[in-house]
Amino acid sequence: MENKTSYWQENLRLIFICLIIWFVVSFGLGIMFVEELNTIRLGGYKLGFWFAQQGSIYTFLGLIFWYTKKMNDLDKKYNVEEE
Amino acid sequence: MEQLKLFTYIAVFGSFALYFAIAWWARATTTSDFYVAGGGITPLQNGMAIGADWMSAASFISMAGLIAFLGYGGSVFLMGWTGGYVLLAMLLAPYMRKHGKFTVPEFIADRYYSKTARIVAVICLIIASLTYIIGQMKGVGVAFSRFLEVEYDNGLYIGMAVVWVYAVLGGMKGITYTQIAQYCVLIFAYTIPAVFISLELTGNPIPQLGLGSTLADGSGMYLLDKLDLVVTDLGFKEYTTDNMGGSVNMFAYTLSLMIGTAGLPHVIMRFFTVPSVKAARSSAGYALVFIALLYTVAPAVGAMARLNLMNTIEPVAGQNLEYAERPQWFKDWEKTGLLKYEDKNGDGKIQYTANKETNEMVKVDQDIMVLANPAIANLPNWVIALVAAGGIAAALSTAAGLLLAISSSVSHDLMKGVFTPDISEKNELLAGRVVMTISIMVAGYLGLNPPGFAAGTVALAFGLAASSIFPALMMGIFSKRMNSKAAIWGMCSGIGVTMLYVFQHKGIMFIQGTDFLGGLEPNWFFGISPNAFGVIGAVVNFTVAFIILQFSEDAPEEIQEMVENFRTPVGEVVAAHDH
Repeated sequence: MENKTSYWQENLRLIFICLIIWFVVSFGLGIMFVEELNTIRLGGYKLGFWFAQQGSIYTFLGLIFWYTKKMNDLDKKYNVEEE
Repeated sequence: MEQLKLFTYIAVFGSFALYFAIAWWARATTTSDFYVAGGGITPLQNGMAIGADWMSAASFISMAGLIAFLGYGGSVFLMGWTGGYVLLAMLLAPYMRKHGKFTVPEFIADRYYSKTARIVAVICLIIASLTYIIGQMKGVGVAFSRFLEVEYDNGLYIGMAVVWVYAVLGGMKGITYTQIAQYCVLIFAYTIPAVFISLELTGNPIPQLGLGSTLADGSGMYLLDKLDLVVTDLGFKEYTTDNMGGSVNMFAYTLSLMIGTAGLPHVIMRFFTVPSVKAARSSAGYALVFIALLYTVAPAVGAMARLNLMNTIEPVAGQNLEYAERPQWFKDWEKTGLLKYEDKNGDGKIQYTANKETNEMVKVDQDIMVLANPAIANLPNWVIALVAAGGIAAALSTAAGLLLAISSSVSHDLMKGVFTPDISEKNELLAGRVVMTISIMVAGYLGLNPPGFAAGTVALAFGLAASSIFPALMMGIFSKRMNSKAAIWGMCSGIGVTMLYVFQHKGIMFIQGTDFLGGLEPNWFFGISPNAFGVIGAVVNFTVAFIILQFSEDAPEEIQEMVENFRTPVGEVVAAHDH
């Protein structure tokens, strides 16, 4: 029981971290701070514009795979891995 | 022209033959096959099928066109329709897979130990899915009529028949394998023209990089800078900063689409088809890989299409195209009425400006951009034919997935789950197919007399799912105490508020004005457009549920135990019984 609780707590912490990053790249860099970021260039892209149309999508991808990996590790650690 | 027609027939019929063959080969024989493909689909296959299921006519045909004219504001679709997968992978999919049921309302019935909750969920699901599917049926009809050169009505009938055959015979097993084939067709159809155009304009074959490169015309200017310059010269808003009604609206719009993505039942259902919790997590990742392939290309398609269009009409500043010398694609699309020219100043040339008084391109329908794009860029005929097949694949695959979600919720949740629990497996299958047939006819009928549906409808479907299903699922997993009364009132108030707001501003069932991204009206709530309102509905849903929870008893002990159980990948699922 205790085991289950701390497994869940660790999962919640991971989710929290991921969702902060999720929020920052899309709503933060892509929408709220887009004008400030647009003063920086990435090749032909304005940086804020790049985050809104490219960067956020790449970050989402990275986040899901990172979370999946972390959760697989967590499953092992708490011995709740599926056969 | 004859060659183009021939190629189009080959591409469209060839891809159909493939889909039918697959549907026949993988036809369902058991209810488990029919709803969840026997639970034996790998994460990679599932990811591809989700990709095809997900990317509808709205993504394939419409999105890049919207971006072409919205510029930076179009980012709401790019972020909104991909960011939802992060929520799915972390907040819903693994736990719902662990619980191991066929449908979303079934999960809600177990978690909220209530038949009423199940019925409310079915109603929300049907409203959201049917809203979505009508837009798809229209897409199917338009695509067929355009490429087979028949009347719109006949195009729609042909589309209905095709959807019927493989959705009804195949069930989930057939649909999954067919969708894998459809994904391949649509992604090739989307990226090949983009690669050609990117190469032509910038010399870089990768569209994602081409968009940030310099032009190959020797000017050394960045493509996006050139585009900004061209459009602002004609009085349009700057492409890379035009923000669609302000930050607040963009914020709400993006969040609504994200939450809606995670709440749409036809996508969630997909996670019941994988063999394990682990596979459910990674399926979301693979799905996003396949979706991102199209979504990161789309902004390049949009920007390059806009630039090509501008350059065709005004190759050198001040030297506008003679109307008499307009290219063949211009004439073709004029026939459909989606492109209109009016010689206002009588000089025989085409002026395309932001000024309504002098603009002579009186109608440029945004939805034609992706389909017209290869022709505008002078690409070979086989590429144009491929795009036709891709657009049809996108519309069909999504329509089939939505139909399955509707039919399973009626036959499995309403009939088997509530009204006729003694129904045999065979009769349940039959009922599922009958419901699908009826849904196709209803959707077809509404698609036949569309009160201006299409893109606005799709956004509303997301808002409805965001405001009803997503909060109920999330609270059910993350709050052990959440009880049935609170969840039911939450769902009803969330979807109620959203429908009220949307109908208020767009007319009941959109009968009046459907200008999808029209100008902001002063009486909008904090400047939030109806399409972006789903997020407010979701907030209402959460708030109502938690307030009621404070004044009612917590969920019973055995339900809390069940929640404990689906939070971990191993261990028996505790069976719930209805009260």
